Amino acid sequence: MLFLAETVISGLMAGVMYALVALGFVLIFKASGIFNFAQGVMCLFAALALFDFISPGGFMDRWFGFYLPIWLGVIATMGVMIILAWMIERFVLRFLVNQDAIILFMATIGLAYFLEGAGDIMFGSDVKPLDIGIPQGAVDFLLDDYGLYIEKLEIVAAVTATVLVIVLAIFFQKTRVGRALRAVADDHQAALSVGISLHSIWVVVWSVAGIVALVAGIMWGSKSGVQFSLSLIALKALPVLILGGFTSVPGAIIGGLIIGVGEKLAEVYVGPFVGGAIENWFAYVLALVFLVFRPQGLFGEKIIERV
Amino acid sequence: MFYRESGQFKTSYQTDQAIFPIAQDRWFVYAILAIAVFVVPFYIDDYWANAIFLPFLIYALAAMGLNILTGYCGQLSLGTGGFMAVGAYATYKLMTMFPEMNFILIILLSGGITAMVGILFGIPSLRIKGFYLAVATLAAQFFLVWLFNKVGWFYNYSASGQISATRMVMFGFQITGPEAAPAVKYLFCLGFVLVFGLIAKNIARGRIGRAWMAIRDMDIAAEIIGIKPLDAKLGAFAVSSFYIGMSGSLYFAVWLGAAEVGEAFGISQSFLILFIVIIGGLGTVLGSFLGAAFMVLMPILLKNFMVDGLSIMAVTAKHVEIMLMGTMIIIFLIVEPHGFARLWQITKEKLRLWPFPH
Repeated sequence: MLFLAETVISGLMAGVMYALVALGFVLIFKASGIFNFAQGVMCLFAALALFDFISPGGFMDRWFGFYLPIWLGVIATMGVMIILAWMIERFVLRFLVNQDAIILFMATIGLAYFLEGAGDIMFGSDVKPLDIGIPQGAVDFLLDDYGLYIEKLEIVAAVTATVLVIVLAIFFQKTRVGRALRAVADDHQAALSVGISLHSIWVVVWSVAGIVALVAGIMWGSKSGVQFSLSLIALKALPVLILGGFTSVPGAIIGGLIIGVGEKLAEVYVGPFVGGAIENWFAYVLALVFLVFRPQGLFGEKIIERV
Repeated sequence: MFYRESGQFKTSYQTDQAIFPIAQDRWFVYAILAIAVFVVPFYIDDYWANAIFLPFLIYALAAMGLNILTGYCGQLSLGTGGFMAVGAYATYKLMTMFPEMNFILIILLSGGITAMVGILFGIPSLRIKGFYLAVATLAAQFFLVWLFNKVGWFYNYSASGQISATRMVMFGFQITGPEAAPAVKYLFCLGFVLVFGLIAKNIARGRIGRAWMAIRDMDIAAEIIGIKPLDAKLGAFAVSSFYIGMSGSLYFAVWLGAAEVGEAFGISQSFLILFIVIIGGLGTVLGSFLGAAFMVLMPILLKNFMVDGLSIMAVTAKHVEIMLMGTMIIIFLIVEPHGFARLWQITKEKLRLWPFPH
């Protein structure tokens, strides 16, 4: 029983980590209908940039002779992500307005390649242990009193994700920009006709997605070091997306939790019978089975088709 | 001046329905075919075969397959690498179980087996569409690669987990294995690509292809005018997987000779073929060839240019290459989102009026 509880809880925590990545996807898809394959690489890129800002021997250290404290490093990386968002809008998306969704999807794959190569050239491709002071190891009192093993890092991730979702919800519901974002998500043309600038909205959305990517990058980087495989977590976030629905922020969170728990349970209880290592595809099959019954995902908008 | 169809009258339905109705096009294609069949085999060596011609032909075949599914039928698929793996492993099992079997038959059977797997993974397409389907096809990619990695029966329990092609001889010529002559390998692949290119072109412009295109443009409307989505979609999955399976089979047996599933058939393979299809032009058979040529040649040219021309270190050059790949894909999509096939179309339109465009 204890083992089951531990499995479920660690699944939930892993799910939160997936949800953090999925959140960035949802934001961009909602506001621009772009399926952004580069989200995973954006996480990697943000984590690499942060690492370089705050560690000795990094980029700041080499060029200016000092490196930033952690909080300033995070702010600087946010700046980098905002500049990146602006560049993406200015040099890529602006020229691709009104193209088919598949063309935009392809462009984001091109972007993923570009960021991957650029990240390797600028920051090097070795594994970097990112330590920004998030506590590591098990939560002591739970381990001592109940024998439950839960990583502190995962609790921090869960709290961060909750805060992030609340902040995003307030941003979307209460602010002027947030309202404009929702208007664009509803209908591009109608939004344009009431005077919302699509270009600036896209910059805002990609910046927000970039900052979410930074958060995800920090969490994953603290967990397993900043390395190339970080960009592959995008592939982990995809089943979360289709399970929760492409257009729903709560869907991303709940989808993440379901996938996380399902994956852990399957790994523990089914994995040994089929030779293990099923976590690569189990999430996809779970999501696929689910989709057959509910094609738009858990919280996706109902697909209404007219001829 | 030279490219003008004035004076070419069509006096029968047959000439009217020809694949290349304009005489100049026809002669151009004949010339290319003649060069491909009668000139290239005499000059081809190992480097040219393994680095350029075999990848080009095999990727063109795979791209035709994906183009049928994505370009004609509108079902976005990211499982191409997995389906190629099915073709390759089917070939391997057939080769080792029935060493006397005709190699062409083995490849066709591998295609058939892949088609059945394709239908299986195509079933969700009846319920879901768009990017939801794309992500669902990733399930095929990961599951198949995992399956071939884990189940020893597929690789005959070999210690390395690799599969390697056995020696295959047809008409006295050795086709697979390291001693096979590059010209023989080339002609073997060329034969497949030409025959199935012709078949693809004819399926695509016939009744079945039109049904696919109707589904692509709007599936509900297509259903209303009497096209069965079940037949059309699963048919597209079957034919597409058949092509992809054959290309996977040639890829493993003729080109590589030995393969390891995670490396050779990973997700990057799926993306590469999707790139070929999109850069070549969605929904065109010609585009599959042009896109394949581009994606095979460009990395080689980039690498040669950077390593030999600018003497950049090979490791750095690899990163720069990835970066430039991404950049070129984006630039290409911006300049011509409909791919090389559209560029070719535009060139022909311009040529018609040249040199007096006004």
